[in-house]
Amino acid sequence: MKLTLKVWRQNNKNDEGRFVDYAAKDVSPDMSFLEMLDVVNIDLVKKGETPIVFDHDCREGICGSCGMMINGRAHGPGRGIATCQLHMRSFNDGDEITIEPWRAKAFPVLKDLMVDRTSFERIMRAGGYTSAKTGGIPDGNTILIPKPVADEAFDAAACIGCGACVAACPNSSAMLFVGAKVSQLALLPQGQAERETRVTRMVAQMDEEKFGSCSNTYACEAECPKGISVTHIARLNREFVSAQF
Amino acid sequence: MNPFFRFINSSVGKKVLMSLTGIFLAIFLIEHLAGNLLLLKNDNGEAFNGFAKFMGGNPVVRILEVGLLSLVLLHIFNGTRLWLGNRSARDKGYGAYRLDENTTLQSRMMKISAALVFVFLTVHMKKFWVPARFQGEHDIASLVYYTFQQPFYVIFYLAAFFILGYHLRHGFQSAFQTMGFRTKRYQSLIEFVAVLFWLVLPLGFAVIPLYIYFFGGSPVAVVQ
Repeated sequence: MKLTLKVWRQNNKNDEGRFVDYAAKDVSPDMSFLEMLDVVNIDLVKKGETPIVFDHDCREGICGSCGMMINGRAHGPGRGIATCQLHMRSFNDGDEITIEPWRAKAFPVLKDLMVDRTSFERIMRAGGYTSAKTGGIPDGNTILIPKPVADEAFDAAACIGCGACVAACPNSSAMLFVGAKVSQLALLPQGQAERETRVTRMVAQMDEEKFGSCSNTYACEAECPKGISVTHIARLNREFVSAQF
Repeated sequence: MNPFFRFINSSVGKKVLMSLTGIFLAIFLIEHLAGNLLLLKNDNGEAFNGFAKFMGGNPVVRILEVGLLSLVLLHIFNGTRLWLGNRSARDKGYGAYRLDENTTLQSRMMKISAALVFVFLTVHMKKFWVPARFQGEHDIASLVYYTFQQPFYVIFYLAAFFILGYHLRHGFQSAFQTMGFRTKRYQSLIEFVAVLFWLVLPLGFAVIPLYIYFFGGSPVAVVQ
């Protein structure tokens, strides 16, 4: 396959940034999107140019490191996948592909396609944990959790914090991320003690980071690589309101 | 900060305010439509004028009217605040952005439909509410019959009802999501009730100008 890549290049936080066109030749349809970028980067290094910088780690869709806007879609076309799980067979020979970093004030671009997502980290530090020492593993069935509840908490816990929800949202809202994190602990007995302070502090931190407000377009759910449901946003709203009164 | 203001200025609080004001306004539409349907009674607008007189003369209704206008202004003010905040949350836009592949048209059109509903509301209040409240017009029914003899107003109102329905199509279910009621259990119930608001209600409103235009209203209107 031969492709034309329109890649966002930006030297650092303060650089204006611009799109640069690259020709990607000999792309195999079986390559992952990141492998395709690796091949392009090898060529760039050979030519003495700076390779395209992008975040990546596990390359199997569980770490949440990779993430870029591909042809206007977070993690590219397809549902329920991270960028590393996107394969070149999703494109046609001769296609032009636009590749950009996540865009949000709370996710400043560090270089090229790499953004600073420590705003998520600060939200987690504001309350995304249980502060009590839980000790060793309790015996089975000492803490009873109905299976459907455990399943729902697990679905929320599947969030890998990649930031696709923010990137896809027209308002750069982080509600799906925060919703998943709040939901996970609100559903489980271990999260009850700090239930109200957690949601209050996490929402306050989310606002402080200048993420937008949710307007329920549900673009986040559609782009989430883990398919996290917007019902967790509804739960976050419920938790927040009941914590205030 | 006062806990109430802290809540109302938080991102979730602003949305809850948007939802509550929106739902109250939607509920008001039911009362409005019920009153309007009296225009279909072929009695020279007597029933409707009687209703309008009661609404204009009753002190409780007048106080509620002030409340309703405040809700409209609050809904607009808060919506503008949200829009500006959301706009600044993404300082640099995308070169390519395919939001259309992930979202419904009505959800993307909320700001435009809101602006158009506002334009309609201004014209509508100038046309009927201002004469009734401030210019001593008692025969609102004749004014309605006269207005809807004109094709321009019939089309203008039909377009407005369509846009209002479109605004409510996203807005109604969105309000319940924001207030946290849109769970798996209640989702289908909310969507069912939403149809009454975004489809049945605007259709009900649309019947009135159409009926008057095609089947004529009171003979009083012709005299005027």
